[in-house]
Amino acid sequence: MAISGVRGGPAAPRSGLRVRELLDHERFLGPAFVTPALLLITLLVAYPFCMAIYFALSNSFIGRPSHFIGLQNFVTLWESDSFRQTFQNAFVFTGAAVAIKLVLGTTLALLLNQQLWFNRLIRGAVLLPWVIPTALSTLGWWWMFNSLYSVVNWSGIALGLMDPPGPNWLGQKYYAMTAVIAVNTWRGLPFFAITILAGLVSIPRELYEAAEADGAGPVARFWHVTLPLLKPVMAIVVLFSTIFTFSDFNIVFVLTNGGPINSTHLFATLTRQIGLESGQIGQGAAISLYLFPVLVFVVWVQLKFVRRQVY
Amino acid sequence: MAVKRRPLRTKILLHLGLVPFLIFALFPFYHMTLTSLKTDRELYDRAAVPLLIRQGPTIEHYQKLVRDTGFLTWIKNSLVVTLLATTLSVVIGTVAAYALARLRFFGVNSFGTGIFVTYLVPTSLLFLPLAQVVNWLGLADSKWSLVVTYPTFLVPFCTWLLMGYFRTVPKEVEECAMVDGATRVQALLRIVLPLAVPGLVCAALFAFTLSWNEFIYALTFTSSSEEITASVGVTMELVRGDIYFWGGLMAGAVLSSVPIVILYIFFLDYYVSGLTAGALK
Repeated sequence: MAISGVRGGPAAPRSGLRVRELLDHERFLGPAFVTPALLLITLLVAYPFCMAIYFALSNSFIGRPSHFIGLQNFVTLWESDSFRQTFQNAFVFTGAAVAIKLVLGTTLALLLNQQLWFNRLIRGAVLLPWVIPTALSTLGWWWMFNSLYSVVNWSGIALGLMDPPGPNWLGQKYYAMTAVIAVNTWRGLPFFAITILAGLVSIPRELYEAAEADGAGPVARFWHVTLPLLKPVMAIVVLFSTIFTFSDFNIVFVLTNGGPINSTHLFATLTRQIGLESGQIGQGAAISLYLFPVLVFVVWVQLKFVRRQVY
Repeated sequence: MAVKRRPLRTKILLHLGLVPFLIFALFPFYHMTLTSLKTDRELYDRAAVPLLIRQGPTIEHYQKLVRDTGFLTWIKNSLVVTLLATTLSVVIGTVAAYALARLRFFGVNSFGTGIFVTYLVPTSLLFLPLAQVVNWLGLADSKWSLVVTYPTFLVPFCTWLLMGYFRTVPKEVEECAMVDGATRVQALLRIVLPLAVPGLVCAALFAFTLSWNEFIYALTFTSSSEEITASVGVTMELVRGDIYFWGGLMAGAVLSSVPIVILYIFFLDYYVSGLTAGALK
């Protein structure tokens, strides 16, 4: 078949003009456009992920050849107290933080949805914790929870809410967990509030007018109109937040570094301690892989229910 | 919410309801700034009121930070890494998003799903094996390792965000240009991109913010004082054995947040729309 003349045909390019024509053809331009992203994801996401699985199944140790040991790392982990404690912490931390963020975030979104003075200024203030580097703002919280100079305790005592000297926030098991949950809530609340607010704004006003005409009070309108229509948005926010709370590193690393006695360790911080600081790469990788089932679950729910309209 | 004038009392009550949220959100920043401006004598006086400066503000901690530590180097490293990673990611994300939004070719749907899944992969899942990859690439303890690895979470985000924006540009506008003799690439450059400028600004802002704030990769891949970024430098190097470091530490935290705060003040609306678009689109 003659090569010339077919505009953008699948002919081999012979000149600059041909390349130009080829680029006009979706079958060539498409792959050309996605190649950089695809290379990046393959080399620096998919490949390291496979390495994580390989490490997890080996007795890999920094500076030592490794051997395949099957599921031995996972068995060893289950027998260690620090890992079991971490496993429990991860669920307590994520469950509590996501629940608190959902309740407070919805409340805040409802308040922001009213006609307010200084609307823009208030939204700006509310969103601020989310844009400031987390590691740095957590340093501020670290200082606020300092055992000697805690401003939290000073305020609590001044307001009569605490008996002096107040709790040693980062030195006692349950208080330390409360502290990391509080900071995670502080950091993640803007995401919940602003996203749920976007959901609130999109609810048609007529529905409220109809409900009001039927005699529904503000509480009934919230339960029977607002909440059912907000469910999809809430579901997305909760799913997103679950992944990022479950895999949190910055807050715990800066605030407690897992202590006291592993009571605030999460998978990510324990991964660093075992995999990098103690050099047991195999075990570290096995710990980090515990994040994977949660990821799979969230992706599955999102693809199946939430994003059906996209693909 | 019918449009009717609420009585003033209700309105005041509403604002009062917001006060606890605002205190919660802003107090840490107030306290950090305050601490950075206090003299050591007042800072470690347990009888003093921690909420105010009584003995006059001082910029001593800031002076020491700039003079005696590697702070300026860390800020410079952060800027280099952030600007390069952002540029790279926005470019790669733009072409990938255009392909996903407009072009039909083999595997386009799987690629879209792949991008979305990658978008959800947390950095804390991969930092351990990635450290090995960084070693093999010869980039261990170099800020260039961050330029290479940050796009792994920036590109999926930019692609996802921009795909939404490209879909809002009517196909007909582009087709008109192509009928008039423009190639697809020209149509993208001259027609689609100018119409998607808000999306590009949003993607660039978020990429900048995410890389400036990144911590776990920077902490894992770099360690020497000449290569680390601001958040790692402040967190790891300003905490010394001596216990009176809080003024300098807070000064470092405040000063490293300044670039983000400046962007934030100018582009607040982009942050709001990008935050919701990232999750909802």
